[in-house]
Amino acid sequence: MAKATFRIWRGDAKGGGFQDYESEVTAGMVVLDAVHEIQAKQAPDLAVRWNCKAGKCGSCSAEINGMPKLMCMTRLNQLPLDKPVTVEPMHTFPRIKDLVTDVSWNFRVKTQIKPFKPRQPDAPDGTWRMAQQDVNRVQEFRKCIECFLCQDVCHVLREHHLHDQFIGPRFFVYAAALEMHPLDTEDRLTELRKAQGIGFCNITKCCTKVCPESITITDNAIIPLKERVVDDYYDPLTRLFKMFRPAAK
Amino acid sequence: MAEYETHQHDVLIIGAGGAGLRAAIEASAAGVTVGVVSKSLLGKAHTVMAEGGIAASLANVDDRDNWKVHFSDTMRGGQYLNQPRMAELHAKEAPDRVRELEAWGALFDRTPDGRILQRNFGGHKYARLVHVGDRTGLEMIRTLQDHGIHRGIDFHMETTILTLLKDAGRVVGAFGYDRERGRFRLFQAKAVVLATGGIGRAYQITSNSWEYTGDGHSLAYHAGAELMDMEFLQFHPTGMVWPPSVRGILVTEGVRGEGGILTNKEGRRFMFDDIPPLYKNQTADNPEEGWRYTLGDKNARRPPELLTRDHVARCIVREIREGRGSPHGGVFLDISWIKQKLPNAAEHIKRKLPSMYHQFKQLADIDITREPMEIGPTTHYMMGGVRVDAETQMSGVPGLFAAGECGAGLHGANRLGGNSLSDLLVFGKRAGEFAAKFAKEHGAGQINPDEADAAARSALEPFERQSAEAPYQIQHDLQDMMQNLVGIVRREEELHEALEHLAALRERAGKAAVAGNREYNPGWHTALDLRNLLTVSEAVARAAIERKESRGAHFRDDYPAKDEAFSKFNLVIQKGADGEMRISREPLPQMPEELKQIIEEMK
Repeated sequence: MAKATFRIWRGDAKGGGFQDYESEVTAGMVVLDAVHEIQAKQAPDLAVRWNCKAGKCGSCSAEINGMPKLMCMTRLNQLPLDKPVTVEPMHTFPRIKDLVTDVSWNFRVKTQIKPFKPRQPDAPDGTWRMAQQDVNRVQEFRKCIECFLCQDVCHVLREHHLHDQFIGPRFFVYAAALEMHPLDTEDRLTELRKAQGIGFCNITKCCTKVCPESITITDNAIIPLKERVVDDYYDPLTRLFKMFRPAAK
Repeated sequence: MAEYETHQHDVLIIGAGGAGLRAAIEASAAGVTVGVVSKSLLGKAHTVMAEGGIAASLANVDDRDNWKVHFSDTMRGGQYLNQPRMAELHAKEAPDRVRELEAWGALFDRTPDGRILQRNFGGHKYARLVHVGDRTGLEMIRTLQDHGIHRGIDFHMETTILTLLKDAGRVVGAFGYDRERGRFRLFQAKAVVLATGGIGRAYQITSNSWEYTGDGHSLAYHAGAELMDMEFLQFHPTGMVWPPSVRGILVTEGVRGEGGILTNKEGRRFMFDDIPPLYKNQTADNPEEGWRYTLGDKNARRPPELLTRDHVARCIVREIREGRGSPHGGVFLDISWIKQKLPNAAEHIKRKLPSMYHQFKQLADIDITREPMEIGPTTHYMMGGVRVDAETQMSGVPGLFAAGECGAGLHGANRLGGNSLSDLLVFGKRAGEFAAKFAKEHGAGQINPDEADAAARSALEPFERQSAEAPYQIQHDLQDMMQNLVGIVRREEELHEALEHLAALRERAGKAAVAGNREYNPGWHTALDLRNLLTVSEAVARAAIERKESRGAHFRDDYPAKDEAFSKFNLVIQKGADGEMRISREPLPQMPEELKQIIEEMK
C-alpha cells in the first residue's frame, strides 16, 4: 500500500514546529483521514477540530501545502505525495494547540453587526411573499459554513492584523446577506464604512479563491456593498437628496 | 471543595444544535438568565448536516394538508408506539415554528406565488418539507444562532459536561471542563435542558459526527431519569459506501423526493417488490404513477422509494445479502435517469441538490447528473431517549428537561424524514419555556461539593494510569461490535454476546490511559466520551433483547413479524439502586377519542 509523509505543525501559543508522520494512503482518502489515522496510532494528543467530515460545518480549516483548505474536502490524490504534505493551523488566528486556533474573535465581530429587522408582514396571517429570483442572491451568501478560511487568507487580517478596524470577508458576506435580504429594513452602511472598515478591502479576491462553498465573495458581496457605501456617502445628488430627506435609506 | 471556575444561570442548556438554541431563545425571552454549553464551536452542531427539510403542514403546495394528516403520518411511521400527545403538539405547532424562523431571517425556497416551498419526503402524504435546496439544517442553525447571539445568552463553547449535580432529588447544576484548556467548570442552574443529540458514534458506519456519543442520554440515566424506546435506532437507507473514507456520510432523502430511484445490479427497481400492507393504499404500483407524483400530480400515489426509512433500509440490506448489490456492497441510487423526463435535468439536479452534487463530485468522483450513486444504510438517528412529559419536556427528575434527539416519545418505532428538524423547534421551544418557568418557581439549590470533586478526580484518572492502551482502539472495537451484533438485523444470541463484549470493553475503558496534558487533548476527550457510549450501547442492547418482535427500526431475525402483544407498551430503562440497568414495560398512554378518530379517518 502507498505511503505518504505528513508534516504536521505541533505546538501551542508559546511555539512549536513541524513533525513528520508517515501514514498509509487508501482510496478516496482526504487529509483529515490521515490526521485521524496519525492521531489514533502515533500521536494520541494531536489536536484537531472537525465535525461533519462532509464540507458542511466548516470546522476543520487548516493550511495544506500552504493553501487554506478544509481538511475533510482535500483529497490526497489531488496532492503531490512524492514530497511531504504540510498541514498547519490557520495563520490569522492565535494558536491554541497543534491544528486548533482561537477563532473566538469572529464570534465577537458578528455580534457587532446589526441583526435582521424585517418589514411588516405582507399577509394578514403574518407571513411574507418573496420571489425565488429575489432570494437567490442572498441564498448564495447563506451557503457560508463559517470555516473562516476567507478571514485566514485576507491580507488585511493576515499581514496587517487590523482585527480592530476591519471585520473581514466573512462578515461582509454576512452584512451583504442582511442588506440584500428582501425583507430587511435595517441600515448598516455607516458602520460598514467606519467601524467595520470596508474601505480596507482592495478587492484582490483571495477570499473568493479559497471559499470552499464557492461563494463569489468579492464580486457579489463586497463590491456591491462598497457601491452602496459610495452611493450613500459620496454621490453629490444623493447627498443633496439626503439634506431634504434625512431619514432615507 | 476544590476551587472551580463557577457560572450561574437560571437555565443551563447542554447542547447548541437546533433544540438547544431554540430552547435558549425561548428561555431568555421568558426573562431568565441562560447559559448554553456546547462541545463544538457555535453553529457546528450536527443540525448543520440536516439536508432534506422541516416537516410542517403549511399546505402551501398541497392545500389538502393539515395538522391531522401530519399527525397520522407521524403515528403510522412510528408504528403507533409514539406518545400521541407529543405527535399532536408537534403537528399542530410546527407551522408556527417555521414561520417564526422566517421572521428571524431564514430564507427558504419559494413557491411561484412567493410563499414557502415544500417538497415530498418519505412517509409524508403530501409535499410538506420546508427546505433550502439540500442545506436546510445549515439555514436553520444559522438563523437560530444569529438570532440567539443578540438575546443576552452566555455561550460556553467547546465545553463538555461530565455529570449533573443534584440536591434533594432535583437537578441544580452540572460539572464539566473546557476542551481548549482542560480546566474544570461548575455550572449552577435552577433548571437544566439536555439537547445533546444522538448516539451514532457507537457504530462504525454512521452519518453522525464525533459529538454524538449519547452524552444527554447517559447524563440523564446516571442522574436517575428514565430512558425510553432505546431499541429503536434509525439506519438511514442512503449513506455513501465508496470510497472507504466517506462510508456512512449521508445522502439526503431529498434525492428520492426529487425523483431518485433505487435499483439493484440487475437494474431492477426492487422497491416495487415489497410494499407493506400499512402503505399499500398510498403507494404507486408502477413507475409511471411514481413519476407523476414527483411532478406534483395530486391524483398520483408516491413511489415506493419514499416508503419509511426502516423499510427502505431493510429492502436494501436484503438486496445486498442476496447478492444483487452494487460493486462496493451497496445498491444504486439514480437521479440522473430523470433526464429522460426533463429537458434541463442536469441543471435541475444541481439546483435542487447542490450539496449532494458537490459531495459526490469532490469525494467520490461521481457526477450524479450523469451516473448513479452507490449507497447503503448508515446509522443515523436515535428515536429513543430521555422519557419526558409531553407538554413540558421535563424528565422524571425535577428540573431536568430534554428536547430533540436525546428526548423520546415523538417518533415511536421509526422517525419520518423531516420530523427531526420540526421536533427540535417545537420541543426545543417547549423545553425552554417550561425550564424558564421551573427556574422562576424554584430557588437555586445547594451544590454538593463532593459530587463535583468526585467527577473531577474520575476525569483525571486516565492521566495517572500506566496502561498501554489508548482510548481510540477501545472506541473502535466498540463501534465494530455494535455494528455487527446490535445493527440493522438483530438476533437474541448475538445481543447477549454484545452484553458480554460490553462488560469487557467497560473493563478496558476503565484502564485506558492518555498521554500528554489537559490542553485540547483528543485522546483524553475520547476516554471521557467512551463512558457515555458504553452506557447507551448497553441500553440499546438490553432493549433490543426485550422486544421480541420486529417493528419499525427494530428488526429481529429470530422474530421477523410484528407481534400484537408488543404493540401495547414502550420499554423503559432506569438505573437500579444497585447500579444495574433495569428494564420495564410501560403501557402506552390512553389515546383520546379525537385522535383515534383521526387515525381511523386517514387509514
